[in-house]
Amino acid sequence: MTVDMSQFYEVFFDESEELLAEAERLLLEIDIESPGDEDLNAIFRAAHSIKGGAATFGFMDMTEITHVLENLLDKIRKHEMALTAEHVDAFLAAKDVLEMELDGHRNAAPVDENQVAEVKRVLKSLSEASSAVAAPVSAPAPVAAPVVQEKQVQEKQPEAVAQPAADGLTSYRIVLPEVTEKDAGNLQEELGLLGEVTSSKNEQGRHVFVLTTDSTQDDIVSICSFVLDPDDLVITLASAAAAPVEPVPVSEATGEAVVAEAGSTPGVIPKVAIHEEVGYGLFSKDGKNDVEEGYGFFAPFTPHPDAVVAKLIDDNTDVSSIIGAGNPAEASATAPVLAESAEKKAPVRREADKSHASAETSSIRVGIEKVDQLINLVGELVITQAMIEQRISSLDPVAYEPLINSVGQLTRNTRDLQESVMSIRMMPMDFVFSRFPRMVRDLAGKLGKKVEFVTVGAATELDKGLIERIVDPLTHLVRNSVDHGIETPANRKAAGKSETGVLTLSAAHKGGSIVIEVTDDGAGLNRNKLLAKAQKNGLPVSENMTDSEVFALIFAPGFSTAEVVTDVSGRGVGMDVVRRNISAMGGVVDIRSALGFGTTISISLPLTLAILDGMSVSLGSSIYVIPLNLIVETLQPRAEDIKTVTGEGRMVHVRGEYLPIIALHSVFNQHTDITDPTQGVLVLIETEGKKSALFVDRLVGQQQVVIKSLETNYRKVAGVSGATIMGDGCVALILDVAALIQMGQATNYLTGAMPFSSGSTQSTQNSSNA
Amino acid sequence: MEMNTDTASSPTTTQAKSAAGEYLTFVLGTEEYGLEILKVQEIRGYDAVTQIANTPDFIKGVVNLRGKIVPIVDLRIKFHLGKVEYDEFTVVIILSLGGRVVGIVVDGVSDVMELKEDQIRDVPSLVTSIDTKYIVGLATVESQMLILVDIEQLMSSQEMELLDSIEVH
Repeated sequence: MTVDMSQFYEVFFDESEELLAEAERLLLEIDIESPGDEDLNAIFRAAHSIKGGAATFGFMDMTEITHVLENLLDKIRKHEMALTAEHVDAFLAAKDVLEMELDGHRNAAPVDENQVAEVKRVLKSLSEASSAVAAPVSAPAPVAAPVVQEKQVQEKQPEAVAQPAADGLTSYRIVLPEVTEKDAGNLQEELGLLGEVTSSKNEQGRHVFVLTTDSTQDDIVSICSFVLDPDDLVITLASAAAAPVEPVPVSEATGEAVVAEAGSTPGVIPKVAIHEEVGYGLFSKDGKNDVEEGYGFFAPFTPHPDAVVAKLIDDNTDVSSIIGAGNPAEASATAPVLAESAEKKAPVRREADKSHASAETSSIRVGIEKVDQLINLVGELVITQAMIEQRISSLDPVAYEPLINSVGQLTRNTRDLQESVMSIRMMPMDFVFSRFPRMVRDLAGKLGKKVEFVTVGAATELDKGLIERIVDPLTHLVRNSVDHGIETPANRKAAGKSETGVLTLSAAHKGGSIVIEVTDDGAGLNRNKLLAKAQKNGLPVSENMTDSEVFALIFAPGFSTAEVVTDVSGRGVGMDVVRRNISAMGGVVDIRSALGFGTTISISLPLTLAILDGMSVSLGSSIYVIPLNLIVETLQPRAEDIKTVTGEGRMVHVRGEYLPIIALHSVFNQHTDITDPTQGVLVLIETEGKKSALFVDRLVGQQQVVIKSLETNYRKVAGVSGATIMGDGCVALILDVAALIQMGQATNYLTGAMPFSSGSTQSTQNSSNA
Repeated sequence: MEMNTDTASSPTTTQAKSAAGEYLTFVLGTEEYGLEILKVQEIRGYDAVTQIANTPDFIKGVVNLRGKIVPIVDLRIKFHLGKVEYDEFTVVIILSLGGRVVGIVVDGVSDVMELKEDQIRDVPSLVTSIDTKYIVGLATVESQMLILVDIEQLMSSQEMELLDSIEVH
């Protein structure tokens, strides 16, 4: 094929990444003692899709690993061998290797060949060990054994019919539609990977392969589907299909059409060659109807489980009896029973899977820049619409009633549109949460701790930009909780707690923000220890500090109370970075802890980076916006609450606290008539633990504003974090509260004459340049 | 921060070579200037600007240009030319310079004209309120002198204070 495959690389990379993540999630969830068939199939599917894609693009290293992985998985899902913890570890290791190889292809990152070889060796040895032993000797726990064996008894029966050959090999006769010699050659090569292939031509000049393999029919279909349309393919068991069979397209979705036809005209045997089950795993037990979408480019289509259960059983019954020799008739008898029992076994899991299933059914890949452009345009539309609304308000409501009504309609539609467009950028927290089970598992194993990991509110949605930035801080917090929070099993027992610690990661919407909490039921923070440590480090502390102030000490740079520095954590770097990262996102961190009962670290973030809840204030003729989440309160001070130091530095006395007053007009050198704080408004702002009172003229109103960058066309301005466009089309600047507090400390309130750092550097730059 | 950035300009090189092309000419006080037409995005009236704190007086502030926040520079103040008045006749030339959009306030826009190589002369060494290295050349059109400005270099220069650091596009 001369098509430039490289243009599809990115799709394959994204796809593989998602599949690997999905596989990992399933592996971590899997119940080793009685693994769900659906899960095993899903994992197999993931491995298979990656293999298919990798082979297509020529990433042979990935194909090799997935091939070995697939072999082993196939045996497990067919219950030829039981799943053990060893297997899960090997699969996880394989997943890591695949990820590494993927990264290698994508970013030219180095690939550790030793690790690859090791994983391959482990997988191979696991796979061989089992094939030598017929019965599942390697059952992990005695409890699990009876369950597993019972299942196998049920399944052996249809399998024996389906694959009469003693060595598990089956011969398939594959009739290709009209293809070029080259494609046929390629296909033969591909199929050669599965087993022995012989090629010939039938009377219509079509290529006919006879493939002897231990793979299933669906494997063949999925391999062929890279080259040709699987609907045009005819596969029959070689022994049964002596006469050539005309291909009849089969509805890929459910096979419903075919079945209906079959039902209405009994006795007439439709020429059905392949029946692709869209499935979902209940029927994999007969070793035939595996779920194989197999194209590898798209997320596997999984219909709603409940909706299809009955239909699938019917399909299977009809089709398999019609096909006759092709599929074992017995399967139809056993299938419903199996389905039922499987259903009974895992009703809870089914419930959980539903959300995953529905999430992957319909989605499209769109570049983020397209979405951002859309959001920008809608933002414009909203502003324009606001302008129209403003103009309309001056019109006579009686004379212009129809126009005013239409504009009202437009307003509603625009708001709806904006809301829907904004939601495009939203992603469920699951994207973040899903990477932690593995991490916690590995970490707990390394530290010899027992940790149960619970996530709550994984469906909570958050802006994509924030999702990406929250990962690092959250990783750090989770590591910390496992390392420092949760005690060793012995210590927990001594403290009268269960040996297994519980680590909860939760996300929830609260008002206009999202609250993410990392909770452990570990030892909790020791107030006295923290204070002692802080004193030793020379931090200004006193016994009178509130608990939350004391706990906040752990965010101080270089502060760690861990006695032992491990490679996991304890060096004291990190927590300060966590806090800095989170405040950079406009969020706040709060710690609640009780000694002996555990710690909760709660992060509250704005829902999106693009929109800010702001309080607009006026200063002279200008309007400024202050982020609402940083405002503690606003007040109009009484003259007796205003205090001074040496007659200059002004403060306001609010409920026992003396807060410095930062006059915005002096910081910004802007003219205003209101220079007396008692005439204006003080906005108490707090960030990074520092409080100040910002003195402005008036409060204008509270509103959501779309953040625009000032730096796109201009440059950074001290004290300003961005700009926004108000309803009237004017630009308003958004204040950078943290910078203002800093600037306020360097500016004389009365005169505004003290140079602040950025001003002086500007002028020096100037003169040096000139 | 007054404009005392006078410099004894370096010997002018033969920049005039590449200067031929189409120019938008505009008026600042009594002088006529020209800038490369391809840098012009649009011409519009002067709208209310939002002032930015602690900036030189020639940076008037920022405006909303269809959702983009665009800084507005008053070249009349920067060049100490003309009467600084803002009325319905004040013109803003919106420039698109290497991905950045900047507006300049001028007294008026006069014409678009094609200039040939032989119409353009080198700038002699002068002491002016801007570095003469930003002047590509001088052209004579109907006995009027036209000062051709390398607007991109000028706008990204440090002295315009439009950028965080010296970035030449």
